[in-house]
Amino acid sequence: MAVSKPNSPTLLLLQLCVLSLFASSSVATAAGNGGGYTINGRVKIPGFGAKGFGLPVKANNAKVMLNGGQQVTFLNPDGYFSFHNVPAGTHLIEVDIIGYFFSPVRVDVSARNPGKVQAALTENRRGLNELVLEPFKEEQYFEIREPFNIMNIVKSPMGLMIGFMVVVVFLMPKLVENMDPEEIRKAQEEMRNQGVPSLASLMPGGGRSN
Amino acid sequence: MDPKVIPNTPKHASSSQIPPPPFSLFIPTNNLIAMAMAIKLPLILLFFSSSLIPTFSLFEDQVGLMDWHQRYIGKVKHAVFHTQKAGRKRVVVSTEENVIASLDLRRGEIFWRHVLGANDVVDKIDIALGKYVITLSSEGSILRAWNLPDGQMVWESFLSGSKSSKALLTVPANLKVDLDSPIIVYSGACIHAISSIDGEYLWKKDFASEGSVDVHQLILPGGSDVVHAVGVTDSSQFDTYEIHIKNGGLLKHTSASFPGGIYGEILPISGDRFVVLDASRSVLVLITIENGQIHLEQTHISDLIHGSSGNTVILPSKLSGIFSLRTDNGIVFIKVTDEGKLNVMEKVDKTVVISDALPLSEGEQAFALVQHGDGKIELSVRLVHDMSSNHLKETVKMDHERGFVHKIFINNYVRTDRSHGFRALIVMEDHSLLLLQQGEIVWTRDDGLASVIDVATSELPVEKIGVSVAKVEHSLFEWLKGHMLKLKGTLMLATPDEVAAIQKIRLQSSEKSRMTRDHNGFRRLLILLTRAGKLYALHTGDGRVVWSTLLQSLRTTSQQCAGIKLHQWQVPHHHALDNNPSVLVVGRCGLSLTSPSALSIVDAYTGKELQNMGPVQHSTVQVISLPFRDSSEQQLHLLIDADKRAHLYPTTPEAAHIFQRESENVYWYSVESEAGILRGYGVKKSHSSDTPSEYCFETRNLWSVVFPSESEKIIGTVTRKPNEVVHTQAKVIADEDVMYKYISKNMLFVATVSPKASGPIGSATPDESVLVVYLVDTVTGRILHRMTHLGSQGPVHAVLSENWVVYHYFNLRAHRYGMSIIEIYDQSRAENKDILKLIVGKHNLTTPVSSYSRPEVTTKSQSYFFTHSVKAISVTSTAKGITSKHLLIGTIGDQVLALDKRFVDPRRSLNPTQADKEEGLLPLTDALPIIPQSYVTHSFKVEGLRGIETVPAKLESTSLVFAYGVDLFHTRIAPSRTYDSLTEDFNYALLLLTILALVVAIFVTWVLSERKDLQDKWSWPQTQLWLQSSSEQRLLNICSTPVNMFVNQNR
Repeated sequence: MAVSKPNSPTLLLLQLCVLSLFASSSVATAAGNGGGYTINGRVKIPGFGAKGFGLPVKANNAKVMLNGGQQVTFLNPDGYFSFHNVPAGTHLIEVDIIGYFFSPVRVDVSARNPGKVQAALTENRRGLNELVLEPFKEEQYFEIREPFNIMNIVKSPMGLMIGFMVVVVFLMPKLVENMDPEEIRKAQEEMRNQGVPSLASLMPGGGRSN
Repeated sequence: MDPKVIPNTPKHASSSQIPPPPFSLFIPTNNLIAMAMAIKLPLILLFFSSSLIPTFSLFEDQVGLMDWHQRYIGKVKHAVFHTQKAGRKRVVVSTEENVIASLDLRRGEIFWRHVLGANDVVDKIDIALGKYVITLSSEGSILRAWNLPDGQMVWESFLSGSKSSKALLTVPANLKVDLDSPIIVYSGACIHAISSIDGEYLWKKDFASEGSVDVHQLILPGGSDVVHAVGVTDSSQFDTYEIHIKNGGLLKHTSASFPGGIYGEILPISGDRFVVLDASRSVLVLITIENGQIHLEQTHISDLIHGSSGNTVILPSKLSGIFSLRTDNGIVFIKVTDEGKLNVMEKVDKTVVISDALPLSEGEQAFALVQHGDGKIELSVRLVHDMSSNHLKETVKMDHERGFVHKIFINNYVRTDRSHGFRALIVMEDHSLLLLQQGEIVWTRDDGLASVIDVATSELPVEKIGVSVAKVEHSLFEWLKGHMLKLKGTLMLATPDEVAAIQKIRLQSSEKSRMTRDHNGFRRLLILLTRAGKLYALHTGDGRVVWSTLLQSLRTTSQQCAGIKLHQWQVPHHHALDNNPSVLVVGRCGLSLTSPSALSIVDAYTGKELQNMGPVQHSTVQVISLPFRDSSEQQLHLLIDADKRAHLYPTTPEAAHIFQRESENVYWYSVESEAGILRGYGVKKSHSSDTPSEYCFETRNLWSVVFPSESEKIIGTVTRKPNEVVHTQAKVIADEDVMYKYISKNMLFVATVSPKASGPIGSATPDESVLVVYLVDTVTGRILHRMTHLGSQGPVHAVLSENWVVYHYFNLRAHRYGMSIIEIYDQSRAENKDILKLIVGKHNLTTPVSSYSRPEVTTKSQSYFFTHSVKAISVTSTAKGITSKHLLIGTIGDQVLALDKRFVDPRRSLNPTQADKEEGLLPLTDALPIIPQSYVTHSFKVEGLRGIETVPAKLESTSLVFAYGVDLFHTRIAPSRTYDSLTEDFNYALLLLTILALVVAIFVTWVLSERKDLQDKWSWPQTQLWLQSSSEQRLLNICSTPVNMFVNQNR
């Protein structure tokens, strides 16, 4: 799924349309009887549904929670949810859809002017004009197994071992061959003086050649 | 201590931002080696960086390799069948765990499932329009419709009532009535009508204005536009209402007073007849409505049934023309004749369970009776109009361990010969769900596992020695074959069939599900105590139930007994090796704390109840596992009763002797949350005369900490796990300084909040809520540390391990969750780092460690933000405590997140110095990162998560994790990766192949070099010649160069 960026013009337009369409219905709070208020909101996952604001299949088990599980509600097919009988005060709404990361939302339900909503994402303190919640990002629970390529084998410890041996076995003699014999002798002399076993002497027969 | 708000810091550190722990390289001076290192360095770097990412992560195809996940629903309360249409036959159920689920009738699998909130109890369920599941929950205030095929919520309606009342739901019988007939709900003393298509609120009839009538039944006669409501006012007057279904207008209201008062519910017999018990429960009242008049007719039960006493109840099975009455002696079916006479039809045993009536074709009704026999149950289906004979009688063998039948739901199907067949869904005493059809159990579900109360683990038996050679050869061959297949898989040479075979081998490795002990300690038995009083043993390898026992000690009395605690009773190590390990189950018979307790000891290998101490005389409020064992390695336990007396178990003279000897050093504490008092206790030395037995001890109160009730209320306490192992007391920090951890088993973490802030979030303002946390020593009552979080409130979830405590709370000022850590260090040992003093002997390392001593302690703490609400916190535990730790956080989304302890380290700073970086300290961020790959439950959810248990494996790097709620989940995690063993993915075949290739290469090169050597020896003179010629050539070359230049210029 490609998460479309919010600054893409078409989506912005869509959002504007949605805004104007649902401005009346997504008023977040409404006074109920007995002092409780209703919080209405909507969860939107970009890139899904025919009109670009539906819900994916895995959102079937979506849950919206108020104040850490004090009330739990579910999404209807368009992504709307509501909490009823909520007392005035500052509340926290969390959305749980597996595969997405949602920021909790702080919602102020005001007793003085009912119907007024103040919502803000707690993760980045961004205010929301209306209670439309979108995921921050998708969550990938698994490491992606890279498709087979020869580099993986080469990079693995055993591959490195083989590679190193191949280098030593086939390239070193070539290097030695291309060198000036006098220089080789000089280098060997030097090494013997230093007392370090040369690579050539490690190979069978290498030490016997001179 | 608010978390500091740090601007311009990344909110979500991704895994790439975590620097791997540093490692230094020794750079040798020798040129040659340095050159070799220069080649290898990038390779080594590559190797290290690939293996040191400190997150717990899995590949998708590793799911099921070392984890398992089981989905449950809990004890079924209501069930509605959906079998009319062709296609998938299903049953929709609601359970006591607030789950609604759609189950496959053929296999019992879950099609879909929703777990409602903890206080959103499901009252009623039904199916409307043949495609929606309707649920009424939260005392009838929330009505929801769910799409039957996929479980998507279609609509939700909030029904506000004026006062609380019982909840009734009537869904129009579908397909026959016109589609727009609404759902009628009675709740909150109002009748609501809701459109079943879109949940639109149609009308409401408030009964609060009609006086305080309490409606008992809603009746929707098919084909009419009238709803009948039958109720009682002040339990002395019957009321019937007729309400128009389209607009809610009251059509008719009749009432009749009955001075005797009533007991229980009014039960409808037919459209115009009802029956109810009077307040004394000895008189049956038959209510008949005739021509708008209510007639009451009273019949003494003793006239109907001879010798019946009180405790009479009308059973709520709605059978037409018949009702059933349960008395102390049995269940009686009574027929109401058309003239209003009551005739006793039949008496059956009182353990018989009766289903609701099932309407069959042409107005017939059937119902089922289940009778419990010895090792079997008898299911009989009867037709209401013909009670005399059984329509169907089946006997089904039933496991003893499932107990009695608690509930039965029946459904019919039409056989090919057009007769009726019946299937019955029964709920057993152990909360399991069974489907019976044609005298057989079609499927069973162990849904008791949805309500785990306590968890213990047990080792498996040691493998018997003596394995046949053929077996070894066979397994070796299988092993090689498996690895060759795997190699093929890695080289992408495998066919799809082989890929499937590889996956199968990986998942169903017989190794992990064997019933013997393994040397890594991955195979264990998880022993689970469930709310139904049943004990299950699950194998950690594949999660299968090894044995299950319905505890007899919890069933003996008529009272409601329930298990409360599970403790290790006997873990044979040295002396009693031929004994099986066993566990102690402590239960309580009754609801109050003072009710008598029930104890039983269960063999962990077989599930047999070794000792069944029925209801013992004393109550149990606290169980203390003492660190002493008797000669048969039985753990000594103290059970503290409500009168603060201590009862010792096992009740043997030897145990009493051990306890008498050690009683001076036995201390415990109690937390009285309501009163806000912590108390410490010890055992009274002198044996007073008024104790009932020699295993009962008087206790003395040693200390108390009283929290002022007007400013502090205890909301949580946490201690260390008693079996936790700490590897080292010293902690070496960057500048080669040493800090000594204050490690005490007697440390208690207490969290209190101001009383105003003890409610849910949103009920208190930041100014009036204060969270105070304490670290208390439970031997002396000394408060080691106290910290105040202004503007914070609960709920507090905490975990205490080694010398630190991490707790999660709500920060009201930032309106985010916070997590804080307190680390506590022993200052009295701080001087011990001077080596000179150590040599001279001026150190206090040899002074005995005592819980009475009052060492000077210092604490370090830090706070962070955490995004999610938390349901449970735990920490990994390993065998020796060497491996670094991960916090396991059960989030509100029912997932378990593994958070590296390095993220909650009070020594993190904004700008770590070079030394800090070398030590592996991460730079400070204001929020703790949530890395999706470190969810140990990956794409699963442990619905209704309640607890996380960790058990150390024998392999030091690994810890077993078991999370339980409605679902069960088990996995094993290695917080620092499996540094002490090869991973599951390690390819032995590739290793063998490499070695083989190397050997071949050695031989080839050896042969080649031999040959070359020989050639060299033969061609010695030629070499000299070649050398000469080559020098000549070179000369020639030099000469030719200017010529070439000349040519170029000429051109």
